[in-house]
Amino acid sequence: MNLDLLYREVILDHYKNPRNRGELESPTVKFDGHNPLCGDTVTLHIKTDGEKITDVKFQGDGCSISQASISMMTEKIKGLSTSEVKDLIENFRAMMKGEEDKEIDMGELEVLQGVKQFPARIKCALLGWDTLKQSLAVLDDRKI
Amino acid sequence: MSSFDVETIRKDFPILSTKVHDKPLVYLDNAATTQKPNSVIEIMNEYMHNHNANVHRGIHLLSEKSTEGYENARIKVANFFNASQPEEIIFTKGTTESINLVAHAWGRKFISEGDIIILSEMEHHSNLVPWQLLAKSVGAELKFVEMNEDTTLNLESLKELVSDKRAKLVALSYASNVLGNVNPVKEVIEISHSENIPVLLDGAQAAPHHKIDFAEIDCDFFACSAHKMLGPTGIGILYAKMELLEAMDPFLGGGEMILEVGLHESSYKEPPYKFEAGTPSYIEAIGFGAAIDYLKAVGMDSIHDHEANLSKYALGELKKLGDVEVYGPSEGRAGIISFNIGNAHPHDVAQLLDADGVAVRAGHHCAQPLMNWLKVSSTSRASFYLYNTESEVDVFVESLDKIKEMFN
Ligand SMILES: Cc1ncc(COP(=O)(O)O)c(C=O)c1O
Repeated sequence: MNLDLLYREVILDHYKNPRNRGELESPTVKFDGHNPLCGDTVTLHIKTDGEKITDVKFQGDGCSISQASISMMTEKIKGLSTSEVKDLIENFRAMMKGEEDKEIDMGELEVLQGVKQFPARIKCALLGWDTLKQSLAVLDDRKI
Repeated sequence: MSSFDVETIRKDFPILSTKVHDKPLVYLDNAATTQKPNSVIEIMNEYMHNHNANVHRGIHLLSEKSTEGYENARIKVANFFNASQPEEIIFTKGTTESINLVAHAWGRKFISEGDIIILSEMEHHSNLVPWQLLAKSVGAELKFVEMNEDTTLNLESLKELVSDKRAKLVALSYASNVLGNVNPVKEVIEISHSENIPVLLDGAQAAPHHKIDFAEIDCDFFACSAHKMLGPTGIGILYAKMELLEAMDPFLGGGEMILEVGLHESSYKEPPYKFEAGTPSYIEAIGFGAAIDYLKAVGMDSIHDHEANLSKYALGELKKLGDVEVYGPSEGRAGIISFNIGNAHPHDVAQLLDADGVAVRAGHHCAQPLMNWLKVSSTSRASFYLYNTESEVDVFVESLDKIKEMFN
């Protein structure tokens, strides 16, 4: 078992110094996610301008994998369009399942590859992404 | 076995010489479940090999043999806890089922709308949720004994709660699975009995670790699980005073518990059989009996002292390590240490300890209200038993030292 694959420097750095931590004054959407198995929680605050995500912040509590994954996610999605983000979410989920999809450059998020060797931790890495997906669904519902 | 020798004891537990991730197993998750000695494994094997037959049914030799084994196990349990008669011991699946049994068979009959059930905030979910279900269905109310700053039970708060005429039951953990508190149950029972209120003790974390004498503490109900005291899973007990058992309705209906069955009505057997519907886990009960023999041979006082010493040693080492927050009382603690280290999350702590062969538990430990009280979302927990050693504590602390560095 190689734990170095799991606890990469970048992951520990994001855990210790989370980016975009906090709340937004008037988010377009705010959504809570939690993992009942281990108690990890996250609240995403997202601000959009039309189709574009202009700002995002998160609050929450959890293990290094869940919190680092969320921190990296917020950095990655800022400035993207909601449809680009949806592709990103699917790509990240595929990555966790061990399915390759080279179309999208995941950048720093690639370090989370190591998680897939620890099945019990995959749900930790996905927490923020699942919550993001639900947040976008809320936005979509409003359009109808 | 007259004097306590941990190395001799360890030889009786085959799993303790196995490796995990190429490291010797350091098993510190005993509050979740304990390992089994050869004597337990062998007797269960022996019954499955040579004597298996359903109990209380056949007129043949095998059935007689397994019935005898099953009933002997009941006698062993009764003697171990000094119950006044073996018929006060009901075999169940474990603590959870035992408490649910009381909530159904006693609770639904004797607790009604407006009544109060008194619990504490340190309860395991299994001594909380059954009472929530009961309270909801009959319209009763739950009230909680307060905890002092140091997590000990506030007996003044208990006195106030039991003085309410609507209070009908006190249900309390004997020892907390998170904090390691051993609650002053004798005082709790005296206080409650002075208002004629019966007391149920969740003994899951107490029965494995020190001597318990039902006659002396005078509890009304007591629940525990064999798997937390060297026995197999799938078996535990409910103890209740005979007059309570006699007054209670049956729990599950079916075979074994009936006297005569008509199409519309049936009559029931006397306790304990009235509460043991269906084929019981008799092989597991026999294994439980062997676990009790083992504990008795080592001696509960020696076990308690050994754990107290280990706990003290571990707390000292954790203190030296620094940056470790330990939850629970400074005194009167069983071999359970819940802690957090630096800003490392318990989930990460448990994973990294596992890589060094050390098994601990991380999470809310089925005690979410207590986590809220402690204002943490989760903790890591190391829990000791008779076969753990100081050198295992050293492995654990060295591993924590690395984790501390990593998250610093
Ligand atoms: C204090 C306490 N009560 C009840 C239980 C439930 O025991 P079981 O799961 O064996 O029914 C446990 C064990 O998890 C416990 O620690």
